[in-house]
This record gives sequence, structure tokens and C-alpha cells, in this order.
Amino acid sequence: MSGLFSPRAWNKIWIYRGTFLLGLLNTLKTALVALLLALALGIIFGLLATSGKKVLKAISRVYVEVIQNTPVLLQMCFLYYALAFSGHSPGIIVTGILALGIYTGAYMAEVIRAGIESVPKGQFEAAQSQGFGYVGQMYYIIIPQSIKVILPPMTNVIVNMIKNTSCLYIVGGADLLSLTYSFVTGENTGGSYAPAYIVCGAIFFIICFPLSTFASMWETSLKKREQKAFQSGAPKEA
Amino acid sequence: MDTLGNSLSMLGNPAIITFLLNGVLFTLIISVVAVLFSIVLGTVLALLRNYCTTKKTKILKAVSVTYIELFRNTPLLFWIFICLVFCPVPAFVDQPMFGLSSVNNKLLFKAAIALILYTSGVIAEIVRGGLNSVPHGQIEAGHSQGFSMVQIMWYIVLPQTFRAIIPTLLSQVITTIKDSSFLANVAVIELMSRTKQILSAANRYNGTNSINVSDVFVLFGAAALIYFVINFSLSMTVRNLQKKRMAVGGRRKSSALDRIGKGVALDG
Repeated sequence: MSGLFSPRAWNKIWIYRGTFLLGLLNTLKTALVALLLALALGIIFGLLATSGKKVLKAISRVYVEVIQNTPVLLQMCFLYYALAFSGHSPGIIVTGILALGIYTGAYMAEVIRAGIESVPKGQFEAAQSQGFGYVGQMYYIIIPQSIKVILPPMTNVIVNMIKNTSCLYIVGGADLLSLTYSFVTGENTGGSYAPAYIVCGAIFFIICFPLSTFASMWETSLKKREQKAFQSGAPKEA
Repeated sequence: MDTLGNSLSMLGNPAIITFLLNGVLFTLIISVVAVLFSIVLGTVLALLRNYCTTKKTKILKAVSVTYIELFRNTPLLFWIFICLVFCPVPAFVDQPMFGLSSVNNKLLFKAAIALILYTSGVIAEIVRGGLNSVPHGQIEAGHSQGFSMVQIMWYIVLPQTFRAIIPTLLSQVITTIKDSSFLANVAVIELMSRTKQILSAANRYNGTNSINVSDVFVLFGAAALIYFVINFSLSMTVRNLQKKRMAVGGRRKSSALDRIGKGVALDG
């Protein structure tokens, strides 16, 4: 364990705390903007998938299948090199935002599709019979009912995205993990492996653990409520 | 795009194709081995987390919970980096085999350990979902028949658990195949890293003395296609399995509902 208990190694971490803060900042920045992009893509393709029109459904299906069945690392490399060799390199962070946003968008679309499909068909018909337009129907009737089903898996998708910011390493790396790696392998800063990795891991854990715990707790309580409804014999849908 | 023909000619080069296909083989082997080991480790973790609730065994539960949460909430690449430094390598790995140098074998071993550690945390939660789906009455029934806890798990609970989670485990194989591309960060072994390596030497193979955009499209396109074919066929299998189950489960659920309905009627 190189330097786990050595005060010198820990001191080095403290001196170079700016590196970790910069990494954290880059990771958060990438994750936040990518999240917005993913949400936008997810909503668009989720709605396309539930639109009932064959062509729109097919478009959404193709996007989701192609993105979900190839590694995010490959997509990121592809995007980075394609842009770089054609002469307009947008920088590491922007590449990361685009790649992560597109990748996570496919998962968001699936989550949103499943959430909307969990609302019984009668609700759509009832809304239409009451004269709601598409937007009004979604906004007042469908979304409020599906949001409780959507939120837990969506939180898990977000946690995965935060972890996936580490993919930036392969295109040059400005995120927390890449900076930690270059810190421990750097010429002047190197050597204090254990303390640096503990700090880096702790930061990831502190961000991700509350989110994933919230998701799993919400899911458990949802399941319990459903079971209660099931046992009391009150059918939720007619 | 006048360089497209040159780029495509790379895929006709037998040396490049063999190199890539060997990478595919490594990707598949690494993923399957990682999932198999993770199932064993994950099952143990899930059992500890679910059933070690007495005072004496509580510490085991705490260990398992810590392990699962720790690995689920930190990136895979983080564990790959850590294993590169801290993972001990047995001597038999430290020699040239499988057509890889001893350095690459060591890297492969370390990265595979990281992949197993990471995946087992995920699989533990999948197994736990399966364990929870087995009705508690089965355990009580086992006790009443004189089974010990180990026998109950082995003969009654685990077979039902694994039958229930086969689709989820298969989709975890897909995730692991995608995750194995993270090895590209540290070594040239599997498909992703080999694609990247060919790209960086593309100027020597495509006959134009420079790396062009079309090379990126052809090489990464080919790799993406390979990943897609493997993963898509797996996910189709998963979907078919689930559909079949829905059909069977739907029937079963309705009969369970009927029984509940009858029970209510009798009680009433």
C-alpha cells in the first residue's frame, strides 16, 4: 500500500487539492450538461416511441438499439476522432458532453417510454374524450401519473452517467478520474497511489451513493404500495 | 471522401482482420469469464446481505452491503486503475500465452479482476432481486421439512432464484461486453483497443500515408457493427425469453388472482 499511512503522501494530496477540485468541477460540468442533452433526447425519442405512428416508433427504436448495443467508449472515440481528423476538434469536455448525452439519451428514452406505457390506455382515451389536446393530455394526465414510475430508474441512469464521465480518459481526460490518474503517475506528483485513489473514490461515492439509495428506496416503497393495492383487491386499472 | 476506398481496403487486409477478430474473441472470453465468476461472488454477497440478520452474523451482512454499495457507486475505470497498482499477479500468468506477451497477460489478469469485482457488485443486486421474489413460505416449508439453511438455499431457493433472473443476467452479459471496452484504456487486448491501435497506424495500411476521416468511419464503424451484432442478438434473446415468461406468468398471475378472489369470497 504505497503511502496509505504516510503523512507525506497525504500532505501532497492537500497541496495539490486544486487538481481534484478541478477534476470534480469538470466531471460535474460534463455530467450536468450531458444530463440536459440526455433529457431532451430522452423526452423526444420517448414520446416518439409512444406516439403510435409506425415510422416515428421505428426511428426511436433504431436510435435506442444502436446506441444501447455499442459501448459508450467506442462512441466517444468515434466522435472524437471523426471530429479531430476532419479538422474541427471541439475539445475534450464538449466531446464528452455530446457522447455521454447521446448515450444516456437512449437510456432516458427507454425509461420515459416504459413510464408512459405504464399508464393504462383508458387514461389516454378518457383524456381525449374530455377534449384534451396532445400537450394537455401529457401534461395534466399522463406525466403526473408516470413520473413516480420514471424517477427511480432515471436516477439510476444518472448515476451511471456520472460514473461514465470517466470515459473521458480515452480521449485525453479532464475529468476527476483522469486527473487523479495523471496525478499519481505524474513526474512531480506521482507515487501517492492509495491516498489519491481514496480521495477520488470517496468523491464519486459521495455523489452517487445518495442518488442510488434514493432510487432503490423509492422503488421498494412503490412495490410495497402496489402489493397493498393488489392484496386489498382494489384493481388499479379497469 | 475520395479516401474511402483506401480505408475500406484495410478491412481486406488479412492481418488486420485476424487482429480484430482475435480482439472479438478476447472480448467475448473476458466478458463471459467475468460474468461467470461474478455470478459466484455475487450470489454469495446477495445471500449474506439477505439472510445474515442474526446478531452473530450481522457483521457479514455489513461487509456485503459495504462491498455492493462501494462498487456500485464508483466507476469501473477507477477499479481498473487501482488493480493495475495493487492487484497481485500469480506467477503462472506472468509468461507469454494466448498469443499475448507476458506484460499484456499481466494487464489482462489485473483488468479482468477489476471487471469481476465491479460486475459482482451489480450481479449481487440482481440475485437479491431474485431471492426476494421467492415467497418466504418456501423457506418456512423447508424448515418444517427438517432442511438446514444451507440445504434450503441450495435445493429450494437458489434454483428458483436463478430461473427468475436468467433474462436479467443475460442483459448483464451485454453490459459486461460493453464494459470490457474499458480495458482499452490500459492494454491492447480486446476489440475496442485493437480498433484504436489500427487507427493510430492507419497511415501505414491505407496507402495514403495519412490518417483520414474515412479511416475513423470504416474502423470504428466495423467495430460498432461487431458489437451491435453480438449485443443485439443477445438482447433479442432476452426479449423473447421475457415475452415467453410474460405469457406463462400472466396465466399464473391470473390464477393466483382467482385464488385470492376465492379466498376473499370464502372469508366474506
